[in-house]
Amino acid sequence: MNKPAFGRFLIKDLVGNRYLYIMMLPVLAYYLIFHYAPMYGVLIAFKDYSPMKGILGSPWVDFKHFETFFNSYYFLRVLKNTLLISVYSLLFEFPAPIILALLINEVRSRSYKRVVQSITYMPYFISMIVIAGLIRDFTDSGGVLNSIYMYFGGDGTSMLQNEGLFRPIYILSEIWQKAGWESIIYLAALAGIDQGQYEAARIDGAGRLKQIWHITLPGLMPTIVILFILRMGNLLNVGFEKIILLYNPVIYETADVISSFVYRKGLLEFNWSYSTAVGLFNSVINLTLLILANWISKRVTNSSLW
Amino acid sequence: MKTTLSEKTFVSVLYVFLFILVIITLYPLLHVLWASFSEPSAIIAHKGLLWKPLGFSLEAYRLVFNDPSIYIGYRNTLFIVVVGVALNLLLTALGAYVLSRKQVYWNNLFMFIITFTMFFSGGLVPLYLVVKGVGLSNTLWSTIFPFAVSTFNLIIMRTSFAAVPDDLEESAKMDGANHLIILFRIIVPLCLPVIAVMGLYYAVEKWNGWFYASIFIQNHDLFPLQIFLRKVLILSSTDSMTGGSAAGEQFQIGATIKYATIMVATLPILFVYPFIQRFFVKGVMIGAIKG
Repeated sequence: MNKPAFGRFLIKDLVGNRYLYIMMLPVLAYYLIFHYAPMYGVLIAFKDYSPMKGILGSPWVDFKHFETFFNSYYFLRVLKNTLLISVYSLLFEFPAPIILALLINEVRSRSYKRVVQSITYMPYFISMIVIAGLIRDFTDSGGVLNSIYMYFGGDGTSMLQNEGLFRPIYILSEIWQKAGWESIIYLAALAGIDQGQYEAARIDGAGRLKQIWHITLPGLMPTIVILFILRMGNLLNVGFEKIILLYNPVIYETADVISSFVYRKGLLEFNWSYSTAVGLFNSVINLTLLILANWISKRVTNSSLW
Repeated sequence: MKTTLSEKTFVSVLYVFLFILVIITLYPLLHVLWASFSEPSAIIAHKGLLWKPLGFSLEAYRLVFNDPSIYIGYRNTLFIVVVGVALNLLLTALGAYVLSRKQVYWNNLFMFIITFTMFFSGGLVPLYLVVKGVGLSNTLWSTIFPFAVSTFNLIIMRTSFAAVPDDLEESAKMDGANHLIILFRIIVPLCLPVIAVMGLYYAVEKWNGWFYASIFIQNHDLFPLQIFLRKVLILSSTDSMTGGSAAGEQFQIGATIKYATIMVATLPILFVYPFIQRFFVKGVMIGAIKG
């Protein structure tokens, strides 16, 4: 297409589709204001931002805030905590819904199955504030979990004041809240497995455990691999919302992650530029991990996000 | 086929194990229920598991319902859910409709602009500054406008809109229908299941959301329910409810007020849950297949 013809085409497209473009306008405005304006705002990571001077007027400081972060005591601490929470979730939280789905799948009674499913899905809908409130209450001295923990050698003081217990509490409560819900996707995959295979295995004399091992689990494998790879892409993406409801300065040593650090520095201590720099560091790493995970997924499973 | 002994053992172990899981899942909720009806002093003295109310008292509920904060919280949350979800669905549908049209030249660019936000964001402080900058802080709109479209939902809705057969629209166009009529009279009714599921997801997100309200809203009259809950559960402040009582009494009743507040704030969701559960499950499937 030569230039004037292309120009005429553009005008024709704009005129012909004008109502569609008008319909798109509010959506585009939303993305520009609430996604792209903050992306532009990331500039303050390289400046000493002050609200009086504005983003453009604030002086450039290049990588000062990044250097401060990398050289600070906090850098290794939040990086380690973020990675450990992620890795522990991968080890303990990730398999939970798979195991639950395998178990539910073996139940033959439809009504029992439905009861188990309905009840295990339920905690997913309870608000984070309530969950965090319950965790605080149950682990406090005299709380239910604390009393149980005392049988196993706990000293009865609040468990959230004990830095060794933060990760188990965090991960176990995640499992409690989400394993049921996350099992849905595996149950859907299980429904797609050819029932004839089980018939054949039974005729060959394979028991239930053997059937799970040789038919059900391989049938689930593609779903497990994809979800695992996606999880890898989110390795440094630990949300702060639940953490900031649970932690306190006594356990920052194990509980403070990158995102909660960004929140505290930025919105509680008003170190805007510094907080943005740390957040940008985290976003860039996340993006890299996601691209990497997607590339692996493409290689291994032939399925990818893009 | 004969049921062998090992088969029987397997099934019994399985049923018992799942039963234990169900109890573990339910226990925290039952604990809250029992504790909310108990005598405050008994709850303070009690340690360990709670299998029934200790005594019986409705005092905590009376105090919760006497506190205007909970009504303010409910009113604000209802506003955020109703107006927020309406805006979510309207914008998502508009975007999905345009993006699912084949003849629009700039759609590829639009798609890029939109999907890029799934992979990179400005972060917390820049968003905070933008919301403040456009004058939304200390309004309920600060929890609505900045989250008006979920990119993931937009892409799913676009896929389902694109699956509507073209000839339906063609014949409507012959009859002189414009885009808005095609969208709301033809496509929306056909894609209603997807839209309903999405509305439910948006609604739960809005109902449970607290973080952005906590950073943008300082005015007590604008606090949504979750912020009020945070005050009672996380910051352990029940003064607004126990204002008139003596200090010792305040401490005691505070122990059961927490539970009563959780019940009052969570019951609506748990009541609705059995009726809408299957829609959510459907939603997971839609996301899994198309996402």
